Amino acid sequence: MNGVHDMGGIDGFGKVEAEPNEPTFHETWEGRVIAMVRAIGTNGGINLDMQRFSREILPPQVYLTSSYYQKWFLALEQSMIARGMIGADEVEAGHSLHENPPLKRGTFTMKDVERVTTRGSFRREPRLAPAFAVGKRVRTKNINPVTHTRLPRYARGRSGTIERINGCHVFPDTNAREQGENPQWLYTVVFSGHDLWGDDADPTLQVSIEAFEPYLEPV
Amino acid sequence: MSGHDHDHHHDDHDHSELTETELRVRALETVLTEKGYVVPAALDAIVEAYETRIGPRNGAAVVAKAWTDPAFKKALLEDASKAVATLGHVSRVGDHLIAVENTPKTHNMVVCTLCSCYPWEMLGLPPVWYKAAPYRSRAVKDPRGVLADFGVTLPKDTDIRVWDSTAETRFLVLPMRPAGTEGWSEEQLAEIVTRDSMIGTGLPKAPGGAK
Repeated sequence: MNGVHDMGGIDGFGKVEAEPNEPTFHETWEGRVIAMVRAIGTNGGINLDMQRFSREILPPQVYLTSSYYQKWFLALEQSMIARGMIGADEVEAGHSLHENPPLKRGTFTMKDVERVTTRGSFRREPRLAPAFAVGKRVRTKNINPVTHTRLPRYARGRSGTIERINGCHVFPDTNAREQGENPQWLYTVVFSGHDLWGDDADPTLQVSIEAFEPYLEPV
Repeated sequence: MSGHDHDHHHDDHDHSELTETELRVRALETVLTEKGYVVPAALDAIVEAYETRIGPRNGAAVVAKAWTDPAFKKALLEDASKAVATLGHVSRVGDHLIAVENTPKTHNMVVCTLCSCYPWEMLGLPPVWYKAAPYRSRAVKDPRGVLADFGVTLPKDTDIRVWDSTAETRFLVLPMRPAGTEGWSEEQLAEIVTRDSMIGTGLPKAPGGAK
């Protein structure tokens, strides 16, 4: 979706301000939020792409003014309510008020911790050979779905070059909508700064995106 | 917690909001626990993993090894996931890690313009600035401006390559080994490999102040 989360190239957000010796978490609740997101995501069947989309559909003014972990919390709460896993009244009450079926993979316990703190694989068996070879010129499609996509706006309808083929991966655009993993070839596509930003671009700049095959067409 | 003095977001208004957030987070955890969705001790273990086990020392060890072992460096640049898996002391990275090498000709920088994708097995959880709008918006358009915010100036003719992490591939920048570190051990070298140097927004510490 064309949301405020898609930030590449927006002007006006100001300087990058790094905090010296930043702690892992600034508040204890932040750690609880990330832990709950991992636990419910994994055992409750809310995959990474659904989680990302749940944050993208937060109202723009909320997205832009909430801290990172506040966004994660609000999106977790909303997606659990939308799936009937919890009731809005229960968060208000601070207690469970209704019976619910168990999570798809059961209670998240100590035996599940390893699975969420080490990275899994998103690579899948390809059904077809990749359509594009390294070195080939391609153009990204001009798509504007209202659903989840990983093709950023600044790189739509642009010509670039296939630099790497990174295997066949779970396709976020369908996986976010419970329409299956639908594995697709994943490429590193590199663009010149000029092709993205025009004559004012830094002449030394090249930018790459990780592009799934359905995002690309031959030039 | 340390570092709080720097947090300019903490005015009175935000304090009450944070308290409200904290209450809501606790309420949600209670609900999830009462429903039998989660066991709090398992959540504790996740938090502990992020606070202790998963951090930039993992990435620094990989970089230091690459600086001292040409065969490892070659393997790392060919298939970073496979190469890192051969080192017992760093955590598993899945199979989509890509190491990109800084050279006198090219400087690499990593961003996620769409959310906050980051090689956390190598670097830990991302810092606030990496997840915030100024970095995500400007890195792909004005990387030299971003580098200036970090106090880094590169030669005018250095090519800048920005990697936008729009899928599950993750990028680790292999910074250039500073001059004056000849003969150093891997452990000594790992000390000068900063987190930011592995994102591409910084350079390794100059060896002057080190051992």
